Amino acid sequence: MTKKTESRIVFWVFLAPVLFAFIMVMVIPFFLGSYYAFTNWTSSARVDNGLRFIGFKNFTDSLTDPSFLYSFGITFVYTILNMIAINVVAFALALLVTGNLRFKNVYRVGFFVPNLIGGIILGYIWQFIFNNAIPSLGSLIPALGFLADPDKLMLSKNTSALAAMVIVGAWQYAGYIMMIYVAAIENIPQELIEAAKIDGATPWIRLRAITIPLCAQAFTVTMFLTLVNSFKQFDVNVSLTSGGPSTMLMGQPILGTQLLALNIYNTAFISNKLSEAQARAFVFFLVLAIISIIQVYVNKRKEIEL
Amino acid sequence: MKAAQPRRPGTIVAEIVTALIFLLFLFPFLLVLINSAKTSFEVTQYPLALPTRWGNIVDNIVKIWTSESVRYPSSLLSSTIITAVSLILINVFSAMAGWALVRTKTKTSSVIFFIFVASMVIPFQIVMFPLLSWFRTVTVATGIRLLRTYQGIILSYIGFGAPLSIFMFHGFIKSIPLELEEAATIDGCHKHQIFFKIIFPILKPIQATVLVLNGIWIWNDYLLPLLVLGKGNDVMTIPLAVSNFAGAFVKQWDLILTAILMAMVPVIIFFLFAQKYIVKGMVAGAIK
Repeated sequence: MTKKTESRIVFWVFLAPVLFAFIMVMVIPFFLGSYYAFTNWTSSARVDNGLRFIGFKNFTDSLTDPSFLYSFGITFVYTILNMIAINVVAFALALLVTGNLRFKNVYRVGFFVPNLIGGIILGYIWQFIFNNAIPSLGSLIPALGFLADPDKLMLSKNTSALAAMVIVGAWQYAGYIMMIYVAAIENIPQELIEAAKIDGATPWIRLRAITIPLCAQAFTVTMFLTLVNSFKQFDVNVSLTSGGPSTMLMGQPILGTQLLALNIYNTAFISNKLSEAQARAFVFFLVLAIISIIQVYVNKRKEIEL
Repeated sequence: MKAAQPRRPGTIVAEIVTALIFLLFLFPFLLVLINSAKTSFEVTQYPLALPTRWGNIVDNIVKIWTSESVRYPSSLLSSTIITAVSLILINVFSAMAGWALVRTKTKTSSVIFFIFVASMVIPFQIVMFPLLSWFRTVTVATGIRLLRTYQGIILSYIGFGAPLSIFMFHGFIKSIPLELEEAATIDGCHKHQIFFKIIFPILKPIQATVLVLNGIWIWNDYLLPLLVLGKGNDVMTIPLAVSNFAGAFVKQWDLILTAILMAMVPVIIFFLFAQKYIVKGMVAGAIK
């Protein structure tokens, strides 16, 4: 056996296990899905049983369905608010725990803990907080009596329920993003800060002129992570609000906090329109790809400016 | 240890503010703990009060432990098996693939690597429905059951977890000097021996990152087990079990919170032991 053949055999043998799994769960489903999106595929119309090609009908149906358009809008709003909330909280926490604090390692670990627990479990915990703990606070403290009003529960109205999801999202994710900022802040050369101090720069100026510009690369990473994760949010959506409460749009009842990922899931398993759900997933993917490319591009330009 | 620095008033304010935020951050977990020790009446009437009898927590834990919709011991075992086996296989297989892709400089090798990297932007939503029908087709054709089984979900985790893991191994292996392997070849080592005896041990820091990132994801994942394992299956993970229970016993917060507490305890214990690696691993994974 020549050296070259041995190398080639080793190459394929070493690659075989991942390649097999990857082809089975990614490549084949991806191509099947690209086809199914243009058919009348449902759980009854399977490949061997009445599957027909129907062109772009699934896409046009999706894009004229109020619930899908509404989910798009609300996912954008949620993503933007969540990105802002997570990053502001995370950066503020990072500044605090990189300071001269006695228990800073304890704080870091504590802020990180929510990130270890799955979104589905966190959502149930906060459902209890919003529906039981906070109203109880209202009945204990007369000045906060409005909290106990059953009509004013955070999860009972669309806008406040969305805000509730942002609170949970920020709480879950801020500790992780904080750790990335901490790594960036601790990489800033101490001499730079000392020199600025000697020149009489106030903490605020040091933050604006040194810390933020030198964290520019970290911002690109954190913005990307928070953008993608907020846009794909599913678990907290399911367990905190299940998409509710319902509301009306264009004469149709729709779920008021149903983000895109949940909309796709419900289209498939509640409305039983698998092929349309597949088309929606493609639209979801394209939009996500476009906005994340824009985000990375904008951040990279900002990196140079700073 | 540094000598204690003189503390200015500003620092003390920052310390107090941070400590308060810290308590606020962990308050939800405290609520879970105190309400797991209440009766259902107490939970709804006084969710913020301390429990009147801490012994209730034992009763509640026993109820969850024996509950038919949680099946705690079996769910914990399933979660552990799925996470552990997936992690071991992702780690070894991705390292092997990463090494093969770095050390083979052919066009095929670059194309395969590019496909792995490109696949990382594809959201799970786009493949999840066809995945189910494809698994069904495979079962019909070969008789091998993939839906509702360990092998199906572990295969899925390897496929979905491999691209990022390969990417991280690839980046690290590129920086290992080739001379190391050439020396071993001269000494008569075979290729596979070079990998398992020399390269794999060097990869320890990246292995830690790969294990942590994939471990947190797999342990907490909800959507993939929901689809591949399904509801009411013998094989059930902890997140599925909790959501199953919360769906079946709506508003029974004493028991739901106990189930949540029991779901969190193993993770928190594990975290306290491996804290340093976990935080490091996750940050390294993000920056890569």
